[in-house]
Amino acid sequence: MARTAVLGRLIWQFGTVAELVQETPKVASLILDVPGWTGHLAGQHVDVRLTADDGYQAQRSYSIASPPEDSRLAITVERLDDGEVSPYLVGEVRTGDKVELRGPIGGYFVWRGDDERPVLLVAGGSGVVPLMAMIRHRAANHLKTPTRLLYSSRSYEDIIYRAELDRLASAGDGLTVAHTLTRMQPAGWTGYARRLDSAMLAEVAWPKAQAPIVYVCGPTPMVENAASLLVEMGFDPASVKTERFGATGG
Amino acid sequence: MSFISRGFRGKRRDTASSSRLPPGQYVVNDFPVLSAGPTPRIPVAEWSFVIEGEIDKPRSWTWDEFRKLPTEQVTKDIHCVTKWSKFDTGWTGVSVDTLMEGVDTAAEFVIEFSYGGYTTNLPLDDVTGGKAWVAFEFDGQPLHPEHGGPARMLVPHLYFWKSAKWIRGLRLVNEDHPGFWETNGYHNYGDPWREQRYWGD
Repeated sequence: MARTAVLGRLIWQFGTVAELVQETPKVASLILDVPGWTGHLAGQHVDVRLTADDGYQAQRSYSIASPPEDSRLAITVERLDDGEVSPYLVGEVRTGDKVELRGPIGGYFVWRGDDERPVLLVAGGSGVVPLMAMIRHRAANHLKTPTRLLYSSRSYEDIIYRAELDRLASAGDGLTVAHTLTRMQPAGWTGYARRLDSAMLAEVAWPKAQAPIVYVCGPTPMVENAASLLVEMGFDPASVKTERFGATGG
Repeated sequence: MSFISRGFRGKRRDTASSSRLPPGQYVVNDFPVLSAGPTPRIPVAEWSFVIEGEIDKPRSWTWDEFRKLPTEQVTKDIHCVTKWSKFDTGWTGVSVDTLMEGVDTAAEFVIEFSYGGYTTNLPLDDVTGGKAWVAFEFDGQPLHPEHGGPARMLVPHLYFWKSAKWIRGLRLVNEDHPGFWETNGYHNYGDPWREQRYWGD
């Protein structure tokens, strides 16, 4: 395993909220100015630390949504109603506020874009965030790497980055996006309308002979299911990288 | 405290539980799953556990042989580097001391290696002396594959990535060799009480 971008000690830094983007009713992106940010790879995450006025602190990890090329660092956060940090980041934070963070973290669930292999991205809910960093990295570098995203959301309104994904997929440069809506579908919906299954994966995934590299990110049951199905379909387990989001505590 | 997150209150804990909680962690009641790839399914008929490397003669156990070894029931707090901690988790397993009984080795380090290719490294002293187990039951039930079944390491005094799932064996080595997460940005030792999460911590 090659050493990666994370080399020195990861120090706590301040990011200033430059912009807030409400992506869906429960999901927002925080666009941060982080002076001295040393860069990251698509797929990595940061730790965010909040401090109350009596010194009480709480930390959580959030995937980076922005590509390495952007001058600002974006994280996209889903508000968990019983969470501790996410209701602050989605609801309380305003532009101009400072947020303490350190990173980038993680050297495995990353895509550098220097690989010829086709890419299969499988996302559930806010699991799309690190995969979006990869898609944006691909677009920023005008890469033509054949890439397919299969993205499972509860409803149309819950699709994060919907307009941007539509735009990028219509560029005709080798990116395709397939959606499935598991709970509710708008009238005239032509995408999938069920939980991810083997028939869906067989339609969307690259033939295993093309030896794609696969990134799966989402809630644990969805990731377990998708990864197991891919292995049953004959994909090399070593080429299937997973990242799981517990629905816990965030 | 110089910096305050404007408007942040947080969810405070009682003092009793906060003294059991390493810095930067929070308590969960469920059992989150974290793995870097698909969950391997290993039938116990094909399972074996080995101790190899700096040892005169490698030792190995089939599942049946392993299950005839004396077991221990332990209740431990566990701490994942992704910030969750879970208190009072109940395990049944075989102590590494039992597996290492009578082994004469000059090795100072050990590599846990797993079905599926995962590895993690630690000093030998951290798996001996009543500090580590090969666990096959969680809360009295066979360990689910998602959580590392048929058997996983349990090294609860270190961050939980040091407790390899789907354990296949221990390799005794003279020199330290960073494992999977240790080469991917995570701390070489991983003491939660010193918050050794990442390189340089």
